[in-house]
This record gives sequence, structure tokens and C-alpha cells, in this order.
Amino acid sequence: MINQFIIDTFAGVLPEWLIALMTGVTGAVGVLLFALSCALAAIWIERKLIGRMQIRYGPNRVGPKGLLQPIADAIKVIGKEAITPFGVDKVVYAAAPLVIFIPALLTFAVVPFAPGAALLNVDIGVLFVVAVGALGVMPIFMAGWASNNKYSLMGAMRAIAQTVSYEIPLVLSLVGLVLMAGSFKMEDLVLYQIENGWFLLLQPLAALIFFIAASAELNRTPTDIMEGESELAAGYHTEYSGFKFSLFYATEYTHVFAVSALISTLFLGGWGTGPVLDQVPAIIWFIAKTYLLFCVFVWTRATLPRLRIDQLMAFAWKFLLPLSLVNIMLVAVLVELNLPGIVVFAVNAVLAVVLIKGWAGLLSARGATVEQRVYIRPAAAQ
Amino acid sequence: MVTANPFLVNMGPQHPSTHGVLRLRLVLDGEKVLNVEPVLGYLHSSKEKLQEEHTYLQTVPITDRMDYLAAMSNNLGVALAIEKLAGIEAPERAQYLRVIMAELQRVASHCFAQAVFLQDLGAWGGPLMYFLREREQVLDIFEMVCGARLTYNYIRPGGVSQDVPPEFLPAVHGFLATFPKKLDEYEGLLTKNEILRARTVGVGVISRELALSAGFSGPMLRGSGVDWDLRKQDPYCVYDRFAFDVPLGHVGDCYDRFMVRFYEIRESLRILHQALEQLPPGEWKTPVPIVIRPPAGEAFQLIESPRGMLGYYLVSDGGAAPWRFHVRAPSFLNLGALNEMLVGSTVADVVAIVGSIDIVMGEVDR
Amino acid sequence: MVGSGILGGLITVLRHVLQKPYTRQYPEEAVPLKGRFRGYDFAWSEERCTGCATCAKACPHGCIDIVTDPLPNGRYNIDVFDIDIGKCMVCGLCVEVCPYDALFMGADFALASERRWDMVQHKQDIGSRERLSAYFRPAFGNEIAVRNELRGDYTTSKGVAKPAAEEKKA
Repeated sequence: MINQFIIDTFAGVLPEWLIALMTGVTGAVGVLLFALSCALAAIWIERKLIGRMQIRYGPNRVGPKGLLQPIADAIKVIGKEAITPFGVDKVVYAAAPLVIFIPALLTFAVVPFAPGAALLNVDIGVLFVVAVGALGVMPIFMAGWASNNKYSLMGAMRAIAQTVSYEIPLVLSLVGLVLMAGSFKMEDLVLYQIENGWFLLLQPLAALIFFIAASAELNRTPTDIMEGESELAAGYHTEYSGFKFSLFYATEYTHVFAVSALISTLFLGGWGTGPVLDQVPAIIWFIAKTYLLFCVFVWTRATLPRLRIDQLMAFAWKFLLPLSLVNIMLVAVLVELNLPGIVVFAVNAVLAVVLIKGWAGLLSARGATVEQRVYIRPAAAQ
Repeated sequence: MVTANPFLVNMGPQHPSTHGVLRLRLVLDGEKVLNVEPVLGYLHSSKEKLQEEHTYLQTVPITDRMDYLAAMSNNLGVALAIEKLAGIEAPERAQYLRVIMAELQRVASHCFAQAVFLQDLGAWGGPLMYFLREREQVLDIFEMVCGARLTYNYIRPGGVSQDVPPEFLPAVHGFLATFPKKLDEYEGLLTKNEILRARTVGVGVISRELALSAGFSGPMLRGSGVDWDLRKQDPYCVYDRFAFDVPLGHVGDCYDRFMVRFYEIRESLRILHQALEQLPPGEWKTPVPIVIRPPAGEAFQLIESPRGMLGYYLVSDGGAAPWRFHVRAPSFLNLGALNEMLVGSTVADVVAIVGSIDIVMGEVDR
Repeated sequence: MVGSGILGGLITVLRHVLQKPYTRQYPEEAVPLKGRFRGYDFAWSEERCTGCATCAKACPHGCIDIVTDPLPNGRYNIDVFDIDIGKCMVCGLCVEVCPYDALFMGADFALASERRWDMVQHKQDIGSRERLSAYFRPAFGNEIAVRNELRGDYTTSKGVAKPAAEEKKA
């Protein structure tokens, strides 16, 4: 909108490259502001929601309903002493919190907020997202390695193993979408969904795999083993304090928001509303979906225990990877048959349930004995 | 197979999940534990020696501070030991009140144990707070009875310090009416959870033989399937008048211990129902001098505290203070087989296993 | 079905979102103390006290300091009656052993001081306390309740009676 205004006003007055630069800068600043304000809102939402899930009030002291709590948090964290522990690799130690912010932010670049409102409307949006997502592990390893702390190092080792493993099902689950829509462009994917129905319905299996794999990449419970508060103190950012820590903290929320935005673009129809409710602006729909997804992430975090690293890896390689491969074949066949949307939905939903159940049953054949454990034994048996 | 150099990690004394100040020197190969050496004594406060400087009545409030999550059980143990030593008989109402308090304490303590175990597994959200909410109800009842929420100093040699207030019975009945439903809800929330099962089933297995030879007791022992509950085997107070079952585990893994605690809460509620029904009127304390001077001799009393067999060994030389005061602390002995349980597991399992032991460092180090 | 346990747990947690928070907003909304609550602010009656120092002997940590002076009428004048609540562990033994019902536990807990010596409560402080605890003084129950204007707290305990009321509704 602002960009359109710039173009309208200065067209003919200024050279074209300058206009391009100006629109680029305003867009980038807009996205940056959006991401940061989302991170602040996210802190409030998560603390409030988790408070309510724990039958507490959550923050309610600073400002109305505690709305200023994130700002108070930020002031507190920044006001703390920045400690550089003995024996750290100073350059890498200082660089890690700066670098970690970039991948989270870059994801926003290709997400279309509304029709035509993506900062970078590249043809390979999906590939870009995958590439940038994989980048996120590097600063974590930098932080863990440079901290000169064994807990940090273990957190970093876990982070690498986990991210590399979950990258594969993450990418494979996106292949199905690309097959159906026939394009790598984010906007095309959204347009396809507006026409044919959300990918959440068309490919429920892919949506589930993507959600799980993405939450693993975000290191949220149940897959937050790289932070693992009760195991590794705080994982890779154990040794950070003050402003550097606040960057890790803000990044965590920005990243969750980036992934929520991605999921709402890829699986929930982006800005599209379906056949009805077209009166509300597209961007509102998009943001509403993103916040809803964020709440789902918070919800899982408040409920579930954490998996062990070997179980997490086994889950990626033995469960998600085969299922995502099957999903690709399935989608390829369905695309080839060119069936109507409702049939695709029915077939996919049924197959998803059958596949998950069957595969899980196959994997956990040994675990069936737990149900048979009887704790109160009849008196005669004793 | 790539092997790394083993490296040493100090888990604790300052660590989020070592239940206070337990320190484990772990030798790790990547995630695998090669060796573990527990280091104790960070909370040592010389309580046993301190007791030898106090009169018998004054020992009771100090036992509160040992196992601070089950202070009623500690009070009960030391009171029974002193009664044995001095030949005091507590009236029947006091015996019933003691059973009621001990069982309420078991409910509170197990609720806390479950909550902390879940916290250790990484479920840092809801489940923890739900269990703490239920524990809070028991603490309210205790506050009503004896004026304190954590260190009760209620059960004394010769009975209990004072009779329960009139609002006590309705409060306990109210608790018994609402709690089982909540417990069912939480059990549904937790025990069927696949992640929790994945983390606990087959983890930290203690065989029957190891459990017996290491001197385990309480849910640790019963989780391994050994039918040993002092309330059944060697009933003290009036436990022989109640019908209740002893839940037993099958394999001896963390899941068994977790479930045994769940079932023990239910059995405690059963005992509470019966005890409230049979609660006789009458005196709640036999007159006992402020300074008890038992005849020279010794006494040993074991009770079933929420963590296991809690024993008090007293030696009297006829004076006003015990000549020797020794505590058989179940938390301490339950740590006895850490090496066998932890070696070969991963760092995440270490946290789960230590959490399932349910230690209280105040009791371990005394 | 795999995942049903996780889903059930998620729904249980979601149900709790709609419940009223269990925590209290402390400075504004205090937990009603039970009548027998054992607080640090001891109360003492100079008229009843004979200066026998049984309380001082019963105290496990020796917090109580008593200095007496014989009076011509055979009684004792109590020159010093100090309780060092910095050492006190609120076991209540001093109150229990008092043969003359002269010492009471307090009914408050929000005490703080900046200096260690401010934690020693002197004769005039503990002699002029308004609020008392009914701990080990059931005979004084009504008198204490009237004095504390906490009768509701003493006869019914709101915190625990509440679930029973909920039960009736359900």
C-alpha cells in the first residue's frame, strides 16, 4: 500500500532504480517492524495463555491486562549485566546472537501477507523457505561451541542432529503441495488453495508432518531437547545474559511466528477466506490464522513432556520420513488422476488415518504390554 | 562407530532438576552415561547430632525439617520411637488421627512427587500446577489442624498435640469427595500419553533382586514388584484395622513407579474413608511430662513414609536427651543403586530416573 | 490409536483454560488464615505470666530470654521478656507448655525488618498485640475470634470448604 503510494507519487520524478530502492526499504522496514511487534505480542500471548492453562492469571500487573509485560521484560533483560564467561571464543560468542535473528526474519520475506504483498515475490519461495530454515541451526551451533560450556555444547550437538533429521520430512511434506499446485511460488500456492480448498484438507498427512517437523525445528516442547531446561539447564544459551540473551529470547518467538505464518500460507490458505467472508481485508485473515497457529504451539508446549533425543531421531527417520515418502507417491497418483477436490480430501484423510495407525502399530508392537500391567493384584495371587 | 573422548559433566548441585542439591558427576560419551558418582552432603545440617542436644519433645519439630515434604510421617516415626522407648501408650483417638494425618500426608507427598517427575520430563506447563493445586487442599487441612502448612510439629509422644477443630471432618470429607474425580482426569491426561510412556517405559529398570539388595523401600521397592509395605507387614498405629491393597509394579521401570504412586494415592483415600468412619471420640493425648526421661535402653521404630521405610533409632541413657539419635532415611537408601540404574542410559534418562526416585535432599543429607 | 493420549491431554489442558485461576492476587487478595495459624508475632499477657520460664526451657533454639526480679509479695517482676524471632522456627512448643496460658502464637506473618536486632521482640511489643492465634488455646477460641474480627475464618475455613460446596452444585 505504502509502496503503491511511493510509486504513484514519485513515478516520473525520480529515476526508477531509486523508486525500487525506496519501496524495498519501506517494505523491509515494514516486515521488520511487523516481526518485532509480533515477537512482543507473542511473549504476552504465550505467558498469558500458559498462565491460564496452569490455572494462574498470567501477567496482569504491568499495564492493562499485563499488556506492557513484554516491554517490562525487555527492559529488565537489557538492563542486566552482559557477562562474558572465561574461556569463550569471543568473536563467535558475540556473533551468534546477532546471526540467529536473521533466518527467522528472512522467512517473512517471502510470505505473502495479502495478494501481491510479499516482500520478495520470488518464483522459488518454497525452496527459499527451506534453505533459510536450515540456516537456523548454524548460530545455535556457534553459540553452543563458543560458550565453553558442556551443557551448551550438548545442546548444540542435539540441535544439529535434530534439525538435520527433521529437515528431510519437512521438505518432503512440501513436495506434495508443489506437485498439486505446480509451482514453487508462494502466491501460486495460496491462489491454488483459494480455488481448490486448503491443503490442510487436501493433504492432511503432509500438514501433520509439516507441523511436527516445524515444531522440532523451532525447539518447542515436546521437541525442545536442545534447550531441555530440566536436562541441560538452558542448552545452547546457558552462558548468555543481558542483551545477548534477549536476542535469543526474541528470536525464539519471531521464529515461531515465522513458522506460524508459513503454515497458514502453505496449509491454511494464506490470506484466502474460502467462498464467504470476503469483506474482511485479506491481511487480517492472514494475521488471524497466524496467531491461531501460534496459540496451538503454545498449547502443545503447555501440555506435553519432552522426548528423548534417540526417540526424537527415531520418530523422524522411522515414522515421519516413510510417511512423507508415501504421501508424495499418493499425491502424485491423485494429481495424475485429476480428481475433484472433495474426493482427494476423502481419499487422503482416510489414508492418513490408516497409515498413521498402521505404521505406529508396526513400530510399537513391543509396547503393548503396558496396558496389561495390573497394579492392584487380587489377594489370592499374593 | 564413532567414539568421542569421554567427558565429565557435573550435574548439580545447582541444576534445575536435581531436587535441591544432589550432585552427580557424570562421565559421558556424547549422550551416553559411562559412569556416575553421586556427591552428597551439600545440605548436611547435622540434624542427628542436633537431636542429641534436645529433649525428646524438642526433637519433634526438628524432624519436620528432614523430609520437609512429608513432615507428618517424620513426626509420627519419632513419636512412635519415643513411645516405644519410654513405654507410653497413645489413646485410640490419637492413633486414628495419626493414621489420618499420615495418609493425607502421603497423598500430598505423592502429588508433589508426580508433579516434579513430570516437570523433570519436560512437561513444565499444566500437569505440574494441577497436582500442586490438589496438594494445596491437603495443606489447607493441615493448616487448619496445626497452624502450619509445611512443618507441622503435630504428632507427639503420647498422642497428637491438640484435637482436630470441628471444621476438620467436613473439610476432609469435601476433599475426599472431589479429589478422586480430579485424579481420574489427571490419570487420563498423563498415563495414556504416548510421550510420557516413551520416556518412562523400560527406563531405569531395577530388578527385584537389585531392589532388595540395595535396601530400597517404598514405591521404589514396590515398583519392582516386591510386596513389602510396613502398613501390612508390621502394622503400627491402627493400620491393621483397615482394608487396603498394596499396588505392585511389574518391571521396575519409571512407569511402574509412577503408576504405583498413583495407585497408592487411591489406596490412601480408601484408608482415609475408613479411618474417618471409625474415628472414636475421647482423649487425643495421654499426659506426658514436658521433659521425658525414658529408662536407659534403645528403641527402633520403622514406619512407611511416602518415600519408604523411615526408621528412628533412639538410645537413652536415662537422661532428658537421647544419647544417640539415628534416622534410617529412605531417600538416602533409595539412592543406593544409582550406578546400576544410570550407567548406559542417556542424559535425559538420568533426569527421569532421579525424578522417579522422589528424593528429598533434606532427608538424604540430614 | 496412537496420538489419542496426547490429544486427550491437550483437551484436558484446554478445559482448564476456562476455569477460574486458582492462584490469588496476593497483596490485594490474601488467603484467609486459619484460626490456628502459627505466626511469628507472639502475644503475651503480663498479668498471667509468672516468670517461670517454662517456655524458655521448652524452646528448641533458645529464642526466649527472660530476666525476673523477686517482688515483696512473693511473685516475680518480669524485667525482660524477649523473643528472637530471627531464630524462631514457629514450632509452638513455648505456647503449648505455658501452664498459665500467658503466651499466644501470632496471627500474622508479614513481618520483615532490615536489621537483625529488629527481629528481637521485646516485652512491650508482645505485650500489646491485638491479633492472636487460637493455636493450642481452644478455650480462648471465641475470645480470640472476637478480638481478631476473624470469626468467619475461625469457624469455617473458606479455602477447604469450597470444594464441598462445588460438589453439591455438581
